[in-house]
Amino acid sequence: MLEIITSPISFFILLSLFFVGAIGSLLLRKDDDSANIWSNFFAIAGSLWGLLFSVATIISEHTAAFLVNGSPFPLLSFSFNIDLLSAFFIFIISLIALFCSIYAVGYVRHYYQKYNIGALGFFYNFFILGILLVLTASNGIFFLIGWEIMSVASFFMVIYDRDDQENVKAGFLYLVMTYIGTAFIVVAFLLLYKFIGSFDFVTIKSGVALLPIGAKNIIFLAALIGFGVKAGIIPLHIWLPAAHPAAPSHISALMSGVMIKTGIFMMMRLFLDILQPIPIWWGIVVLIIGIISSLLGVLYALTEHDIKRLLAYHSIENIGIILLGLGSALIFSSLSMPALAFLSLVAALFHTLNHAIFKSLLFLGAGSVINQMHTRNMEEYGGLIKYMPQTAFFFLIGSMAISALPPFNGFFSEWLTFQSLFQGIAILDSSMRWLFILAVGALAFTGGLALACFVKAFGSIFLARPRSTEVTHAKESPRSMLIGMGALAMLSFLFGIFSSQTVSLLEKIGRSFDVLQKIPETILVSNSQGLMIENSFSSVSGLTFLLSLVGALIVVAIIIDLIINRSQKIKIGATWDCGTDLNPRMEITSTGFARSIVVIFKGILKPSIQHTIDYSDSESRYLPRTRTVSLGVGDVYKSYFYQPILTMITSLSMRVKNIQSGNTNIYVLYILIALLVSLFSIL
Amino acid sequence: MTIIILEIQIILTPLVSPLCAGVINKIKARLQNRKGASIFQPYRDLWKLLHKDEIISRDASWIFRIAPFIVFSITLLIGASIPLFTSFLTNTLTGDMLLIVYALAIGTFFLALGGLDIGSAFGGFGSSREMTLSALAEGGFIFSLLTIALINGTTNIFAIANADIFLHGKYLFPTLLAFGGFLVVLLAETARFPYDNPATHLELTMIHEAMILEYSGKKLALMEWASFNKLLSFNKLFIFLALWVNLFFPIGLAYTPGVITISMGIIIFMIKIFLGVLLIALLESSMAKFRFFRLPDLLLISFILNAIAIGLIR
Repeated sequence: MLEIITSPISFFILLSLFFVGAIGSLLLRKDDDSANIWSNFFAIAGSLWGLLFSVATIISEHTAAFLVNGSPFPLLSFSFNIDLLSAFFIFIISLIALFCSIYAVGYVRHYYQKYNIGALGFFYNFFILGILLVLTASNGIFFLIGWEIMSVASFFMVIYDRDDQENVKAGFLYLVMTYIGTAFIVVAFLLLYKFIGSFDFVTIKSGVALLPIGAKNIIFLAALIGFGVKAGIIPLHIWLPAAHPAAPSHISALMSGVMIKTGIFMMMRLFLDILQPIPIWWGIVVLIIGIISSLLGVLYALTEHDIKRLLAYHSIENIGIILLGLGSALIFSSLSMPALAFLSLVAALFHTLNHAIFKSLLFLGAGSVINQMHTRNMEEYGGLIKYMPQTAFFFLIGSMAISALPPFNGFFSEWLTFQSLFQGIAILDSSMRWLFILAVGALAFTGGLALACFVKAFGSIFLARPRSTEVTHAKESPRSMLIGMGALAMLSFLFGIFSSQTVSLLEKIGRSFDVLQKIPETILVSNSQGLMIENSFSSVSGLTFLLSLVGALIVVAIIIDLIINRSQKIKIGATWDCGTDLNPRMEITSTGFARSIVVIFKGILKPSIQHTIDYSDSESRYLPRTRTVSLGVGDVYKSYFYQPILTMITSLSMRVKNIQSGNTNIYVLYILIALLVSLFSIL
Repeated sequence: MTIIILEIQIILTPLVSPLCAGVINKIKARLQNRKGASIFQPYRDLWKLLHKDEIISRDASWIFRIAPFIVFSITLLIGASIPLFTSFLTNTLTGDMLLIVYALAIGTFFLALGGLDIGSAFGGFGSSREMTLSALAEGGFIFSLLTIALINGTTNIFAIANADIFLHGKYLFPTLLAFGGFLVVLLAETARFPYDNPATHLELTMIHEAMILEYSGKKLALMEWASFNKLLSFNKLFIFLALWVNLFFPIGLAYTPGVITISMGIIIFMIKIFLGVLLIALLESSMAKFRFFRLPDLLLISFILNAIAIGLIR
């Protein structure tokens, strides 16, 4: 049975489900309702098939490499290689796409009559198809085709809500950054081709010894930039907080939960598999990028009051945390400590899975809220917990998971990451040791700041009194949206409670890497009780924690509510108002909440404050009529990174322009010189 | 036998913690030339609050109602998950230092949400300040525990308590540094001087009191009891002291089960706690509260002290 499910035929059925979903929804574009149902039905069916396929592959460890003939070009071959790492990422995309598609059935309705639903379904299915190709392609050029399908489809979905000029701008920023990334990836692949003579990943891997070390380092840097743009590492992240808010929410969930992980996937594949053995500084660079991205990501998230931008910055933070795991895995593998590399890699893989789950949950929750409120500005929310109780509950679970609070899944992967970094501190020497100390510090502060950020987010969205009249018209979302969110919330709970069982499956994936095969049988002992790291006596159990917490809660509630004083009355009154009537303007805003942290980190965040006062009498300037204060955060990357590059390119172009004088004789001279040069070089 | 010890372990925290606050207040009163209330006053306050009616704001949601129970239960759970007076118990399930740090964060999370839920300006600002401080304290907190964990080669707190690290001269200096760093974090997390003034109701200085301003009756009693509170930071203070004193000076823990050793363990434990409480009372009597924006410097110092301590371990 498993043989059949993991066969190439089964994989093509998977691809064709999405393909049929895409084409069919385009054909049905005249009727909004049927296009919506068709596209999401096939996306759901495809995701279910993908789940089955990937789980069967992981359990049976049945990897498949196969080739489809019919390539028109000699260098392009449609070759697939589905190993356990691919299967794991197929599992993530299928899982998230399943619940996003269920959610989309209800969510897309608010676009009816406004935009073309068929086109959305078309791009949506092609987007997932593109990701599947990226994950399974085993040929550089074929990989790039998948990469482009994924990028272009997501670009069209970013600009889907095209009436808003901001969205179109964000879409173009995304497109430009994507192509910069792709250019670097192409450079990396071309260099590999130059020295090894093949675009095929398997051939490249076997011939990697042919690479001179200089070229290898350039390939590393090019791949790091190319895939780093997609993953959203700082400072290449600028497209991410712009594009994620612009896309429809279930697309944001997929982009943030899965698409940016394709960058991580390729980094794992290239650095830990294909290009092995690697110099140690690669790992150090990745670890430093992880430190910077995690810390800055959460700091920028704190400054945001746009709910989806806030979530987008948290994606950067979590990519940073994943890179902390991956970076230490690279360092340990260069130092030939495969056991520790294995531990770090498992931490990174687990966090990849967990982040996909809780981040898509949060994006879907944000989408439900935005759908009712018609704004992304959190300052205009407030008190939504009374109008959207279920959404609030699911968002609370997502917030707790992303803040790494036990017993939800985020805690366990951060725990593993912490433990692997601790191992680094305990074992390594001098400067490397300090690097790991820094990494632990970054992770610790990131955890604390993320907690503050989600108190702010949950508090200003759902708690206190409504800050606009729009809130009082808000209604709970339709059932399909609630099912999508509820299932993800359930998953983020289950993956926490059953973290040890999950990790034992992830260990299998870690072991499938060639460099990690020579390790002792058990590093992580994941038994039914909990996670445990063999050589450091660290252990933790989500289930016990949950049971004791629930037990304590029940005992306390019984003692307090039933035994101590049963005759106690509860009166409902007004909040203490110091004698003046409370109005929503007296509540703390999300900007106000985070202001003290922003001020503390003003050296990094460069906050700006601008006062505008309009006087009743411009002569005397004593009686202001209106007073406006605008707070902002300086765009450090634009002014110190992108602007200088832009200036450089512009001035270079101006120089180059000089050779174009418009004089035909000069052009003839150029042709002559070019001819002579090429002649000499040939001879 | 083990079950009895476990039960003592669970009950001891809520039972003794009000006494700590009472003793601190007494010592402070004496240092100010006052007679001061009895050291059992906190028990009477709790008893009184538990029998009072409640008023709940009409803006409050279920978060506000459930928060005191969660906050209190978390402190119970943590109180039971750390070594208090014995060292022969093992706890491989919830005794991990990171679990304790992040479980405490659950308490902070719900406390801050409870402060935001009622929509008063006080509650909101209290939550904002609390989250700022706790976010910045996290680095020092994890690092000071990590110092001890690295010396012992395990992050399980029970396993750490079993080893008598203090006796090794080589680790003396890092341990002392981490000890100092932890003291700074302890004061921040329990809302004592110089972070928060546990004796004022002035909104400019409030952090903890601001968040629980709207609570009354039983819920207030739970909140107060569960620490996180400026005047009577009961359980948490207790937990922090227990962590601090037992982790850094694990002398006098009962190594073997037995009525005599256990009671000796409890007595020595109480003496250690008394010393810790004395130190806090002396500190509070001798220094003023810091300006809010100077507190991050203090927390950063704690972080750096601990980082140096880790760097020194070899």
